[in-house]
Amino acid sequence: MRKLLLQNLLQSPLTIPPPPPSEAALTELAAKINRATQRRLGRSLSIRQVDAGSCNGCELEIHALNNAFYDLERFGFHIVASPRHADVLLVTGPVTVNMKEALERTYAATPDPKWVVAVGDCGRDGGVFAGSYACVGGISAVIPVDLHIPGCPPTPMQLLQGLLALLQAQESR
Amino acid sequence: MMSAASLRTMLDDGQPVTKHHPWPRVIVTAELWNALLDGLASSDWTMLGLWGEIGMAHLALYEDSSETIIVASLSCPDGRFPSVGRIHSPAQRLERTMADLIGLQPIGAPDYRPWLDHGCWPVRHPLGAATAPTGMRSPYRFLPAEGESLHQIPVGPVHAGIIEPGHFRFTANGETVVRLEQRLGYVHKGIESLLSGATIDQAARWLGRVSGDSTVAYALAFVRAVEAATKTVVPDRAHWLRALMAELERLANHCGDIGAICNDAAFALMLAHCAVLREKILRASAECFGHRLLMDCIVPGGVIADLSVDGVKTVRALMAELRRDFPPLVELYDNTASLQDRTVNTGFVRPALIKQFGCGGTIGRAGGRAFDARRWPGYPPYDQLTFETPLLTDSDVNARVWLRIHEVQQSLHLIEQILQQLPMGPVYMELNRPGQICEGMALIEGFRGDILVWLRLNADNTVARCHPRDPSWFQWPLLEAAIENNIVADFPICNKSFNGSYSGHDL
Repeated sequence: MRKLLLQNLLQSPLTIPPPPPSEAALTELAAKINRATQRRLGRSLSIRQVDAGSCNGCELEIHALNNAFYDLERFGFHIVASPRHADVLLVTGPVTVNMKEALERTYAATPDPKWVVAVGDCGRDGGVFAGSYACVGGISAVIPVDLHIPGCPPTPMQLLQGLLALLQAQESR
Repeated sequence: MMSAASLRTMLDDGQPVTKHHPWPRVIVTAELWNALLDGLASSDWTMLGLWGEIGMAHLALYEDSSETIIVASLSCPDGRFPSVGRIHSPAQRLERTMADLIGLQPIGAPDYRPWLDHGCWPVRHPLGAATAPTGMRSPYRFLPAEGESLHQIPVGPVHAGIIEPGHFRFTANGETVVRLEQRLGYVHKGIESLLSGATIDQAARWLGRVSGDSTVAYALAFVRAVEAATKTVVPDRAHWLRALMAELERLANHCGDIGAICNDAAFALMLAHCAVLREKILRASAECFGHRLLMDCIVPGGVIADLSVDGVKTVRALMAELRRDFPPLVELYDNTASLQDRTVNTGFVRPALIKQFGCGGTIGRAGGRAFDARRWPGYPPYDQLTFETPLLTDSDVNARVWLRIHEVQQSLHLIEQILQQLPMGPVYMELNRPGQICEGMALIEGFRGDILVWLRLNADNTVARCHPRDPSWFQWPLLEAAIENNIVADFPICNKSFNGSYSGHDL
């Protein structure tokens, strides 16, 4: 183990330079973030991920945000284990009817001020599952959404751009 | 014990269905159905699947000794059929699903509770008569566990990690788990209903999203079933590229899982390194085929894009990196006693249960069941490749980690052979249009185990009925058995060593 740790200490990091925040996401957010929330949250955001019926593809890419290449935590984003610790809900899936109540209760359990980021094409409008009897179709049909990150699934880079826009919009106000 | 030839012999009494490929389907009488169930309980047969449609129940069986696969179909115009779960417990959740989705009632079933239907859908029996719901939503009755000083721990559906939703109800005595009962169905998306009436291309997109981590395997199972039904012969090169994608998917998932299991024993170093390997595989996949998870890259009739010369170089370079970077991680796992202290003897599953449930994938092969769909029934190009099916018998978390390690090594070996022997030629062939009703099925080895897809096509080549069966159906119930007498704190590591699919199961 020591050898491995030493090697990693000596080699250059794998982490990529931060991407520019997504323009579209900035526009979507600009109207929604106010000074008061910025003061209270500073530059660090705790994220709670909620799978509301995704195929698991979005989860895989959200996981990837934590790997050495994207290193989400360097931006002050931290994935937390409970909605009660969270500032941001990162929600995936077309909201299955069976997950609707759990999503509503998770939202209610998240303290204010809070943001909801809908991830993936399913999160926007149900995606390929829109119209199914078992899907509500889109996160915003159940809880208010502040930002959409499209993609099926969005790449870690797209996720990062969306989340950075969330931070920047917060700082610029 | 039934004799080895009995499955085939028994089928002679049924009425064969024409236009069902590649394995036979026979219509059986209730008497023959019951005889098959007796055989299932007493012989070396394995249940591969159990599904239904309005007025019909289908049971897919596999006989090990004679290497036979058949589908037995029982007509049940009154919506009732003799319960399979009554004598073969692996069928119970599947039967509860048939009752929820289609309204088929298994007579004599030991468990009549709904499974996927949580009482919230705007429709009852969506795949059957599709009537309005009755309105009353009764609380789910969990199985009782009684005794002194027992307490319950409800977990989920929203879990603490970045993970799919499901509910686990633990009954514990102090730290020791006395009973775990799962309640799934939270991510039910109604995929089977969406598939009915869809075009083949639409259906392929849905199949690619049954379980995102197995998108290649599901797409492959679906297109092979379609190609069997329509008798379409796919160009050689397409088969080889599909296998390349399937092995890349297996590698990425196994690397991710090995890291994640160790991380659940608080050994984050392993996760950090495995996640880097996984990321490199996904990047190479995107470079070669345009999608990190290879979603929608396998299409009916072939593959979406050919592998370029640069693509070959990319995969070669990836293989060299993995050959260099993976062995030190194996050594790290092997030499970290504190880590093995958490994995050895944890989450043991009795091999007899594995056999009874026909549990495939890493869980099955870490517990002595050698089934690998790539080897048998097999599909191209694996018949032209040399590879081993690693087999272990300890059946604990440690064995499941080692099995994944061995399978990573096999996949590396397979990909290198594929690159070396990749035939030239086209990668796509227009599907045949038989112009009549036809049926097909396929059994594909995904990273999680064998995926079964059965389908019937209408005369206009649209999907009449399609049923994908995830390997998790026969793995989730074994997790309940594996955790018994383990401590609650070991559940995450047991669960991760299984890595069952919620989305693939809930469908």
